Amino acid sequence: MSTLTLGHFLSVGAILFALSVVGIFLNRKNLIVLLMAIELMLLAVNMNFVAFSHYLGDMHGQVFVFFILTVAAAESAIGLAILVLLFRNRASISVEELNALKG
Amino acid sequence: MDFQAGFFYLFSAVLLFAAFRVVTARNPVHAVLFLMLAFSQAAALWLLLKAEFLGITLVLVYLGAVMVLFLFVVMMLDIRLDGDRWGFWQNLPLAALLGALVAVEIIAVVWAGFPTINMDKAAPVAADYSNTRELGILLYTEYLYPIQVAAVILLVAMIAAIALTLRQRKDSKAINPGDQVRVKAADRLTVLAVPATAKATTDKAADEVKA
Repeated sequence: MSTLTLGHFLSVGAILFALSVVGIFLNRKNLIVLLMAIELMLLAVNMNFVAFSHYLGDMHGQVFVFFILTVAAAESAIGLAILVLLFRNRASISVEELNALKG
Repeated sequence: MDFQAGFFYLFSAVLLFAAFRVVTARNPVHAVLFLMLAFSQAAALWLLLKAEFLGITLVLVYLGAVMVLFLFVVMMLDIRLDGDRWGFWQNLPLAALLGALVAVEIIAVVWAGFPTINMDKAAPVAADYSNTRELGILLYTEYLYPIQVAAVILLVAMIAAIALTLRQRKDSKAINPGDQVRVKAADRLTVLAVPATAKATTDKAADEVKA
């Protein structure tokens, strides 16, 4: 039988999540890499869901991953649409130049 | 170390390396390609966890559709790559500190928090167990209402993405069919009552005025 435990998979998820947190801090000038870091975060969360689902023998976790994938696809579609619109209007996707709503 | 553990370490190492390159790559196109690599490795890890349906869905939907969408947008936008590494090194210490903190905290909680299920074997399943079948039964019975909500969310996302990016070109000469249909003959053609014979206009008088 396999020597892999639940902790192995959860650790991979944790490191993945931490890497994407680092990515959000590092890429302040590039909105598209921020979107990618969010995708990586969702992947880390999904990894935890699937690992728990497998080790607990409970399918409901995988159903939840299914719904997260749906929402993530919708989120990235709308996010990229906003990004295209932003680039069309401002000719830049830097987060630091998005200060038009400053009070 | 057995067969599965070897594959687990291989896939995890490639996954984490790809994720690291996603957040540190200079060129956004390279970042998207590394993100695709990361998702493919995650799908392989899910196959190790016997979640076949989700693993294949991740490859088909994420690598096939969402990442290609990312790639299209990145290549369409023509992002300038500024020379001075966009404040990378200023943000790096804080980012590394916070990242290490998050990782250590989560891993500590995970290893200490689940002693009862931290066993080295998964829950037993039947020999003819089918992941896709079980997932489908759950989705279409217990989760029937949520799956319809998810479908509506996708519809809303589709409409929102189209409505956001649709624009009317100013130099477009396309004709609005509604206006075309609504036109009446009277708008286009006016019949003037012109007498059959008319007196010659007083050319001589005009010449006299000019002179």
